[in-house]
Amino acid sequence: MNNKQSWIDQRFPLTKVWNEHLAEYYTPRNFNFWYFFGSLAMLVLVMQLVTGIFLTMHFKPDSAQAFASVEYIMRDVEWGWLMRYLHSTGASAFFVVIYLHMYRGLLYGSYKAPRELIWILGMVLYIVLMAEAFMGYVLPWGQMSFWGAQVIISLFGSVPVIGPDLLTWILGDYAVGDPALNRFFSLHVVALPLILVVLVFLHIVALHAVGSNNPDGIEIKKNKDKDGIPKDGIPFHPYYVVKDIWVVVAFLMIFCAVVFFAPAMNGYFLENANFIEANPLKTPDHIAPLWYLTPFYSVLRAIPPMFGSQFPGVLGMGAALVILVALPWLDRSPVKSIRYRSAPFKWALGIFVISFIMLGWLGMQPVNELNAFLARLFTVLYFAFFILMPWYTSIGKTKPVPERTTE
Amino acid sequence: MKTLTKLQLSIATVVLSFSVLASPSVQLDEAKTDITDTASLQNGAKLFMNYCSGCHAISFMRYNRIGTDLGLSDADIEENLMFASDKVGENITTAMPEKGASDWFGGTPPDLSLVSRSKGTDWIYSYLKGFYADESRVFGVNNHVLENASMPDVLWSLREGQSEEAFDNDVRDITNFLDYVGEPAKLVRIDLGKKVLFFLAILFVLSYLLKKEYWKDVKYGIWRKRD
Repeated sequence: MNNKQSWIDQRFPLTKVWNEHLAEYYTPRNFNFWYFFGSLAMLVLVMQLVTGIFLTMHFKPDSAQAFASVEYIMRDVEWGWLMRYLHSTGASAFFVVIYLHMYRGLLYGSYKAPRELIWILGMVLYIVLMAEAFMGYVLPWGQMSFWGAQVIISLFGSVPVIGPDLLTWILGDYAVGDPALNRFFSLHVVALPLILVVLVFLHIVALHAVGSNNPDGIEIKKNKDKDGIPKDGIPFHPYYVVKDIWVVVAFLMIFCAVVFFAPAMNGYFLENANFIEANPLKTPDHIAPLWYLTPFYSVLRAIPPMFGSQFPGVLGMGAALVILVALPWLDRSPVKSIRYRSAPFKWALGIFVISFIMLGWLGMQPVNELNAFLARLFTVLYFAFFILMPWYTSIGKTKPVPERTTE
Repeated sequence: MKTLTKLQLSIATVVLSFSVLASPSVQLDEAKTDITDTASLQNGAKLFMNYCSGCHAISFMRYNRIGTDLGLSDADIEENLMFASDKVGENITTAMPEKGASDWFGGTPPDLSLVSRSKGTDWIYSYLKGFYADESRVFGVNNHVLENASMPDVLWSLREGQSEEAFDNDVRDITNFLDYVGEPAKLVRIDLGKKVLFFLAILFVLSYLLKKEYWKDVKYGIWRKRD
């Protein structure tokens, strides 16, 4: 064994990598519930890649055959239905996990120095993931696939001057059709997954260079023993490996309950209208994107057209995403963790989370006067969280942060 | 912090329950179908082939798949269910010509392979029972669930010949069959799910014990003294 190991080590840094990232990667010992979602996101990513490979073997990216090929997978391919449900449920699970992962970052200030790059890489990942999910949703070529794509892609047409040409360039046609389906397929199964995997790699390299934050928001590397090991750190392997195995099983129990007992999740994960093949001549009564995109869809609808153009709404939706990147520089609080934050920050975070959930809900509803008003209100509150952050993080009294992690 | 989390959770719950409870405009009867009831599925298949398949295809479904799933032999299938094709491996299409369909009904009657998934079983059940006399319509009937439906009341002869309860059961069986047609995998999915969850439950206990054993060291801060 040792001989083989040194043979490899002379040619590839196997032991070095193993130690740096697992056996001697010191992780704060006080991780709580909110710290499970990073590894769960990795699990879901791998699951999506594997099930996606099998789906790609049978799917036909052709507007005349796509819908039927999905039903072929559901009926005639051995275990095809399971691959499909794992993949479709996995898409929603991915966003559940990612939203909780991001919320953890907000709770414990994980985006603050020295972890700004981890946060930015994470935000780029999030945006690429949305594009990946959106394009994947178009592929089954149901009514919602088609009309959702029609609505989202038409946003590019609102760009001043170049809009119409840009739209034609993106679609390869004057409307969503076979060329769009083909290129979305290509992007969904090759380009975007590659980008995702590379970004996840960078996200983790950056994380392991700096070390993980923790629920107390203190740097464990500031307190090292005589061997240079953080006093509040424990090796990732075996401690967090065995803990994560347990968490993975718990996650899979919930996940499989959905896959086997409610794969359509009452229309939230697989919409009813998407079981009708795309028909360019028949607009559905109500078009809404899938739940994980609805907060931003709400922002889009909340901003009224100006000078006869939808472009301000599109800009607003883009800004709602891009502004997340600025978070590390907007936060001026001396402490990281919610445990020691000032009252104004706690209030702001609470209002922000409520606004985000409400925007998501409103994005699924038809527009009426009340909903339009609420969407505007919550859009303002959403942006206020960021714009007012330099102010409310510098007022109020923070609690003293302990030297060492607490139990 | 705790109250903040609680408040956020309760708002999320309220929001979700609102959207789930949002009811459709027409009051639908509950279909109360049971996909594990093979006799009901067999009766539904027979009724569907006799009353519906003349106009409606279920083209994602194959004859012999129905046979395998509902415990019918190829001979049974050929004798009782196959009217429009001659091979049991074929997809279930309809004999109605497209040209004729648009002349007679103003459009091709929809393929019903996925109607249970797009409309739901309650809708199918209520729709099939929802016909009433309306002389202003071409076929002399209208429908409570789908106003100005261009479909005639094809089940009238079935209704005439038996009690209302027996008719309801027949309609329920057709609905049940269409639910099965919408997702044949449903027959194995739920059962398999129980086994998977049972397996995971055992794994959950074992992985927890493993974690607990390792983390004893962490609790007492002795992990470093081990080696």
